[in-house]
Amino acid sequence: MAQIFPAYANTVARAAILGAAALGCLGLGLLIALPATSHVTRQDIIVEQPVQFSHEHHVGGLGIDCRYCHTSVEQSRFAGIPPTHTCMTCHSQLWTNAEILAPVRRSLAEGVPLRWQRVHVLPDYVYFDHSVHVTNGVGCSSCHGAINRMPQVRQVAPLTMGWCLSCHRDPAPNLRPESEIFNMDWKPPSDQAERGPKLLEHYGIRSAHLTDCSRCHR
Amino acid sequence: MSGAKEGLLPEGASYGNLVGTVADPLMRRRMGRWYWGGLALALLMSLVLAGSLAWLFIEGIGIFGNNTTIVWGFPIANYVWWVGIGNAGTLISSMLLLTRQPWRAAINRFAEAMTLFAVSIAGIFPIIHLGRPYLSYWLAPYPNTMQLWPQWRSALVWDFAAIVTYLLFSVMFFYIGLIPDLATLRDRAQSRTGRVLYGIFALGWRGSARHWARHDAVYRAMAAMAVPLVVSVHSVVGLDFAAGLMPGWQETIFPPYFVVGALFSGFAMVVVLAALMRWGFGLQSLLTMRHFEAMAKIILAASVIMGISYATEWLMSWYGGERAERSFLHHQLAGSDALLYWSMIAFNVAVPQVLWLPAARRSLPVLIGVSLLINVGMWLERILIIWDTLSHGYLPSMWRPWHTSLWDWTILAGSLGFYALLFLVFARVLPVVSMHDMGKLLHEREDAG
Repeated sequence: MAQIFPAYANTVARAAILGAAALGCLGLGLLIALPATSHVTRQDIIVEQPVQFSHEHHVGGLGIDCRYCHTSVEQSRFAGIPPTHTCMTCHSQLWTNAEILAPVRRSLAEGVPLRWQRVHVLPDYVYFDHSVHVTNGVGCSSCHGAINRMPQVRQVAPLTMGWCLSCHRDPAPNLRPESEIFNMDWKPPSDQAERGPKLLEHYGIRSAHLTDCSRCHR
Repeated sequence: MSGAKEGLLPEGASYGNLVGTVADPLMRRRMGRWYWGGLALALLMSLVLAGSLAWLFIEGIGIFGNNTTIVWGFPIANYVWWVGIGNAGTLISSMLLLTRQPWRAAINRFAEAMTLFAVSIAGIFPIIHLGRPYLSYWLAPYPNTMQLWPQWRSALVWDFAAIVTYLLFSVMFFYIGLIPDLATLRDRAQSRTGRVLYGIFALGWRGSARHWARHDAVYRAMAAMAVPLVVSVHSVVGLDFAAGLMPGWQETIFPPYFVVGALFSGFAMVVVLAALMRWGFGLQSLLTMRHFEAMAKIILAASVIMGISYATEWLMSWYGGERAERSFLHHQLAGSDALLYWSMIAFNVAVPQVLWLPAARRSLPVLIGVSLLINVGMWLERILIIWDTLSHGYLPSMWRPWHTSLWDWTILAGSLGFYALLFLVFARVLPVVSMHDMGKLLHEREDAG
């Protein structure tokens, strides 16, 4: 009876074992690596907005405080998206004919809000409260980055659960005094190692319960 | 030694006709109507399973009879039952190999296949009872963007590890045992496709002395590893319950009692399948009454241990003196499900006692009847562990009756059909009896004179 397999079948078999192992490792590696890519986390992705509003100009250039527009950030879960009237406090007088502001004027005239697109999207099963963060020593820029240098706002942090936990497990290095919360250029001072624990005490943060499941998943 | 082997092989057996008896149904014989009828029925039931699962994924777990009190119903009972059945195969194969039981040779192959199929089906159930089944991989510890490990204190994570380990091991054990037989089939195949396919999976087996020596060493080493695995897998399933705090669950007897229960239902299933295959494939000369008698003795021993375990549960509930435990015991023995409970006792403990009679052990109809009742009884045990405890916990305000839904039954029936489908396909593709083990048995008989 003739041979079923040619001589090179042995080589193919050995290569298949190696190949299967390599393919397995590759697949597993992809599964582990993919969720961390910006494709999934949406990190650094610019979202197109109805109006080309520049935070760099308004915050960095003009020095407008975050709370001027995001009014509920200290009292509420939601920082707040300004109504068209907030824009018009200045733009009813300034740049009243600018092409770039046409959608804003139309919004005011028709009484239809601008449809701003969300940049930071958290899943529905995550409970996140802005007020509890900004009133307890976590500044805007700790999560949102240097907004004052962003012509278009992008998501700086990965917003993965691991990223949330990295601070919830050890908040001290990121805490600032009340006066620095809205400072976009705040960097931890050289003696943060000493200040951190004091700030924890100052704000009355009990870090033991910061990683309870129900802290964020209610 | 020769006495132990008596009646296990046909009188005028030769290597050629042993192989022929096993391999011919695969290659040189057409299957009768019973096979195609059975296959069509199994296929239909598998479609019922697929349809039910599709509806489950569309509609969500509300379609089960489970409610906020009885959070585990059919899915977990089915899971425990199927894993139990999946426990016997590898045990038969490994324990009987290590203890050199000659009657292992004819039954180990299909018992192992039974294990593989049962464990695979069992693995479906914990996944489908999750609200978000597509996140079931979260049970695996892997570096993730959540920076979380699974909850190691949860018995469900141990469960995942035990089942996956057992399944992977069983696949390898099954395959390694199969290699020499695959080579036999390669050499006997009549079509080129058959020669190539069996040839690929035979991995170039030539049957040289060196091949056999290595095969034997690996196979025995794996058998030695299999025994603790078999014990661990259903112990861990027992811990799913015992690590909980509910009355009727938190008992140290659970792991050993679950292992014995698993072997019990597994052996009962092997008896039923062995009887079916013996008839379907004409294997009367290889699967002899000696085999059935040996399995009957194991079933009998297991049933006595089950009886002792139930009695121990009753005693400890009473002796422990806790109100909730005693109330639970009363509910179990005389409550709304008492009829089911006593049926279970009858099927698992009372009926198998008939096997004390040698005539009953040698009667195929009696053995099949007893085995089927045991499988029903063991399923009742699984569902009652869940229903009784969850419907009668510590907090009387939480007590609720259970009910079943149509989908509970279609999924259970569908899983049985799918099992039958896998088995029927297996029986047409791979040798249901290990030809090389039978050959070895014959060789030993000839050596003994």
